[in-house]
Amino acid sequence: MEITTHDFMTVLHGMGFGALFMLAFSGALVELYRISAPGAPSAMSAGGQTLLGLYLVAMVILAWLTVFSGTYVIYPWYRAVPAEGVTDLADYPRRLLLSSGKTSEWHNIGMEWKEHAGWLAPIAITMVAYVTMKYGRAIIQHRNMRISVLAFAVAAFVATGIAGAFGAFLNKYAPIRGGDVIILMQGEAP
Amino acid sequence: MNTLRNTVEFGKTPETIPNGPGAAAILAAGIGCAAIGVLAFASELSPGLHDLLNFYNPVGPLSGKTTVAIIVWLVAWYGLSRIWRRETVNMRTVNIAALVLLGIGFLLTFPPFWYLFV
Repeated sequence: MEITTHDFMTVLHGMGFGALFMLAFSGALVELYRISAPGAPSAMSAGGQTLLGLYLVAMVILAWLTVFSGTYVIYPWYRAVPAEGVTDLADYPRRLLLSSGKTSEWHNIGMEWKEHAGWLAPIAITMVAYVTMKYGRAIIQHRNMRISVLAFAVAAFVATGIAGAFGAFLNKYAPIRGGDVIILMQGEAP
Repeated sequence: MNTLRNTVEFGKTPETIPNGPGAAAILAAGIGCAAIGVLAFASELSPGLHDLLNFYNPVGPLSGKTTVAIIVWLVAWYGLSRIWRRETVNMRTVNIAALVLLGIGFLLTFPPFWYLFV
């Protein structure tokens, strides 16, 4: 069982950071809605507030790790330029997609949208975390602020969904390959 | 009772905190999101800007678009926070502005929208 360094980093970016960030939304959105719903007859303890703050900080860290690893580690491999005369484009995902009209829109729409929209998520979730922690339980007196917090949290979720979904599709049609081989486990030959 | 001290019934006002710092963060987030969209769109329209934003060759213009957008976002946040530190602002107006800017961010990062102009 082996994996290349490029494969490993792609999995870490998509599954380790991105998917974990996406999964965390379910808890965050429910909790943010609970403190944002008009007239919600609920109460949050100081401990619960601290926990929500830590949860959101973890999401902020995951969001920034996702976009930075995607942009500065994975993306250069994606947009690698083949040397002149190279006809096998398997190691050049962008060029591979653009080489056929059947796949070119995966780059022109999918990758172009993913690489930009993905960056909306960390900005939005950083604001959500800051405002939630800054105001704590007192956010109940700022109805419009709660609306924005919830709207930006949903926007971050949508942006992550766009980036994640296209990332998964792109990796189907033009996977990132190459790098050093890491042998995880040696099996017995049949 | 400890429980009563540590909890606040939602719908009741515990204390007055100015909304300025929160409004600054919200509007700055909208500005940051719009900045990404505007730079993505403008970079498609202008080859000169496209090349100018190529801060780091392996990443290409995406490095410049995101770096500039983050700087715009943080500068806006810092500036608005300084101005609104102790202010109570019209949160409804800030909300509308921030959500419009967020919408601009989404629209201008959507490639089919670019292709209407290039």
